[in-house]
Amino acid sequence: MLKLDNITKVYRVGTFGGKELHAVSDVSFDIKDGEVVSLIGESGSGKSTIGKMILGLISTSSGSIAFNDLDVSALRGSALKEYYRNVQGVFQDPFSSYNPIFKADRVFDIVREEFFPGVASSEWKDKVERSLTDVGLNPGQVLGKYPHQLSGGQLQRFLIARALLLDIQFLVADEIISMLDASTRIDVLNLLAELKSRGLSILFITHDLSLGHYISERAVILYRGSIVEMGATEKVFDKPLHPYTKMLVACVPRLDKKWEDVRIELGAKKSGLTTGCVYYERCQAAGRSKDCAMQRPPLIKAGPDHLVACGKL
Amino acid sequence: MSLRVENLRVYYQTLKGDVKALDGATFAIEDGEIMGLAGESGCGKTTLGHSLIRLTPPLKYIEGRVTLDGEALPIGDMEGMNAYRFKKLSIIPQYAMNAMNPTRKIGKMTSELLGSRGVSFKDTLPELKRRLDLVELSHDVLNMYPIELSGGMKQRMVMVLSTLLNPSLLIADEITSALDVASQKAVAEMLVEFRDLQCCSSAIVITHDISILYQIADSIMIMYAGQLAEKASTEVIISSPRHPYTKLLISSLPEIGVKYDEMRLEGIPGKPPLLLNPPMGCRFRDRCPLAFEKCMEEPPFTDIERGHSVACWKVLEEDAQA
Repeated sequence: MLKLDNITKVYRVGTFGGKELHAVSDVSFDIKDGEVVSLIGESGSGKSTIGKMILGLISTSSGSIAFNDLDVSALRGSALKEYYRNVQGVFQDPFSSYNPIFKADRVFDIVREEFFPGVASSEWKDKVERSLTDVGLNPGQVLGKYPHQLSGGQLQRFLIARALLLDIQFLVADEIISMLDASTRIDVLNLLAELKSRGLSILFITHDLSLGHYISERAVILYRGSIVEMGATEKVFDKPLHPYTKMLVACVPRLDKKWEDVRIELGAKKSGLTTGCVYYERCQAAGRSKDCAMQRPPLIKAGPDHLVACGKL
Repeated sequence: MSLRVENLRVYYQTLKGDVKALDGATFAIEDGEIMGLAGESGCGKTTLGHSLIRLTPPLKYIEGRVTLDGEALPIGDMEGMNAYRFKKLSIIPQYAMNAMNPTRKIGKMTSELLGSRGVSFKDTLPELKRRLDLVELSHDVLNMYPIELSGGMKQRMVMVLSTLLNPSLLIADEITSALDVASQKAVAEMLVEFRDLQCCSSAIVITHDISILYQIADSIMIMYAGQLAEKASTEVIISSPRHPYTKLLISSLPEIGVKYDEMRLEGIPGKPPLLLNPPMGCRFRDRCPLAFEKCMEEPPFTDIERGHSVACWKVLEEDAQA
């Protein structure tokens, strides 16, 4: 369905834009029909940047994104609009996704104006109500309210309902549950899983490994803009091979097991080496071996559906 | 006995009337105990934390007694509390990222802070440096502005500042929520280390993340809609909770090892009541699968075992029959 091929995003930083910051470098992966892929990484790893590039909100510096063999970056005008009929995003903060001056259902009206100008009012009303029921909301209770009258979980489901109005095939879900309460969190997660079973593909961007594990088939672990490990969820989580993934998995607070004694490198994240492994400065396995500092390890196959970028394997 | 709170009531004053954000809390914390305080947003956990140290309008003190190390705290008296703040009782505020003065270098700010409590910065400096080593911050941070530090570093710096005068009670409000998993673990473990080294004798850790509490807390208290639902040791709360709310809350947490295809977790239907006019009786009644007639009356927060208190009629009834 969606294929990312060596996409890179470089920002110019410094006083006169003299320095380069590689927010995302050479990331390639694909998402199949009806599949949930979780993109996991800490803040600053470039995970949201990838989501925004897929949605066309920011441009790519190099590389290509193909949606059903169509190059996304070349889309303009009506072709781009057609793309948004199929691909939509929902973001982290439901409260700031709305204009507080208007009622929350305005997001549906905008979709109607843009994409369905010919649809009759009664038909549209049915469509909205069906979509709201699909995401587990009671239309009578939530329509006609202002954003502050609805809870975070309700607002977030509103946005998913909005995306569903368009019969989308692909959803970019960028940290959509991190702002929600534990008791409503799981409902939104279950909703995503249900939509998946109806054929929707989802890119689930998160920093919470347990949430990623719960709904995704495949996981991509990102560190400083590069993929360090990817593959089937069980393989990445149960038998992590990259030292970074190992450390992440060991740091997740669990309810069945106490934390093991893992040393965490707390050094400030510096701009990073331009050559060498991205994880070199924090890696304990690297020792101070020359190879890790000089050469960036490529993603190599460690088993069926399991790729790792580590020079020590 | 480090902290003892009896029947504490603190309301928010609004134009529509009083919001009963904390309605009758009675509990105690032992010396050296790290107590986790968990619940949904709006359940009153932050209100409880704040009312112990800085009760400002629109918060209004209604009634209740708080004693710390046997001494009564004048929590309703803003001026009177100054003698205790920072020295006996300290807080790491929510979003500690923004807690430091951005226009002062951190060292200068620390010295002003200590000066305001009549403590000499010079005498404290060696101890301050020792603490910085403990949280793996370089001594250079004292000559830096807060903006030069990363989120995790600021969090650790505020932690050092808050505990500098060895308070009896430290209130840590959502200290791990804005951090990545790795720094989350580091900060949580440092808090335990601080307790072990007597930098603070006991602590209240406020969070919505119960799995963090399982890692570091000695006991966990669950709040619901401004009232206490259950308090017990960490093991008991996680492995054999009694209150239906605690049970539902814990069973709704996704963990590594749980997959949607194999085990579908359920959330808690409904939402917490508005606290402007809370319903009579048990506040969890509308969402509770076990509710019965008796729940129209307010359940008392009762000890069912040593160190295990629950506010639920059903639990009391079951125990009476057994």
